[in-house]
Amino acid sequence: MRLAAILAAAALTGAIAQEPPRPYPSKGGIEFQSPTVRAMQVDEFANPGLLWVERGQASWNQRCVGCHGDAKQSMKGASARHPRFDPVLGRVVNLEQRIDACIVTKQKAAPLPYESEELLGLTAFVGAQSRGIPMQVSIDGPGRATYERGKALYNERQGQFNLACHHCHDSNYGRKMLHDTVSQGHPVDWPAYRLEWQTMGSLHRRLRACYFGVRAEMPPYGAPDLVALELYLGARAQGLAASVPGVRR
Amino acid sequence: MLGRLQVPPTAKKGEPFEIRVLVQHPMETGFRRDMNGQSIPMHIVNKLSCTYGGRKVFSAEMGTGMSANPYMSFYAVAQASGEVVVEWSDDRGDTGRVTATIQVS
Repeated sequence: MRLAAILAAAALTGAIAQEPPRPYPSKGGIEFQSPTVRAMQVDEFANPGLLWVERGQASWNQRCVGCHGDAKQSMKGASARHPRFDPVLGRVVNLEQRIDACIVTKQKAAPLPYESEELLGLTAFVGAQSRGIPMQVSIDGPGRATYERGKALYNERQGQFNLACHHCHDSNYGRKMLHDTVSQGHPVDWPAYRLEWQTMGSLHRRLRACYFGVRAEMPPYGAPDLVALELYLGARAQGLAASVPGVRR
Repeated sequence: MLGRLQVPPTAKKGEPFEIRVLVQHPMETGFRRDMNGQSIPMHIVNKLSCTYGGRKVFSAEMGTGMSANPYMSFYAVAQASGEVVVEWSDDRGDTGRVTATIQVS
């Protein structure tokens, strides 16, 4: 009944406004979690994502430290600036792809597959160096077209449920769906440990879960569409501070 | 296997202190199936024990009901400065070990 009401409200809102206003004030996903999950995320020991940060640090010391030195300085704020346009690759890349590009072009090694423990670890470790730094992605210049594509995707109805992202995350955040609270859809705190998955997952895994939820075809990991969406979400979350690794239900 | 252990760096003699353990492990129940319908074999940490100053203060036998990456917290009474050692093993014979020292005044 309630779900039906939400869906009806969503349909109405979509019909009236092409682009609903962004949520104000902006709140990160953790603000919509239960007190126990929030306590788990801020706990400097019990946050299970820190296991991946530790693993990432070991990979960093093996692979990256030679060029990049101390991650505390060299990677500070790096994840808050991603996704960003890479002039060498000529396209917008997210943090995972940036790490993989470095491994392929500089180290001449095989790229780490998406959702592999090592790539999740490295992303979490690099992300953890940007704790408390506000999101600051650049959407001017060569990345603009990707941003526009992401914006179009965000506002486009998809899947058998015929829902766009904004129906839930702009118009109905804070309300309940399947006994979970709908967030504003900000991509901060990722990669995060999701209790449902019982493991760490990247933002693309989370976005794919949303596609699955509205019964749409899921783009593959690292797909240009997902990166474009990630860029739009990053710009939408401008100014929100991240706290990697996050914990979600 | 990767694990984390936290004990307070110092404690007063006679006072209880908290020991916290986090172990990275998939804790597969053996009841799940993958995308192709194949059953995923059981893989769990089934034994974990903790010694403090050479004496066993805690041990646990875990089953398939534990979540992945199990987290445990328990208390011991501070007696003398020494090493806290946590060791665990899974059903495939892999073992893990983490240590920490505590100063008792």
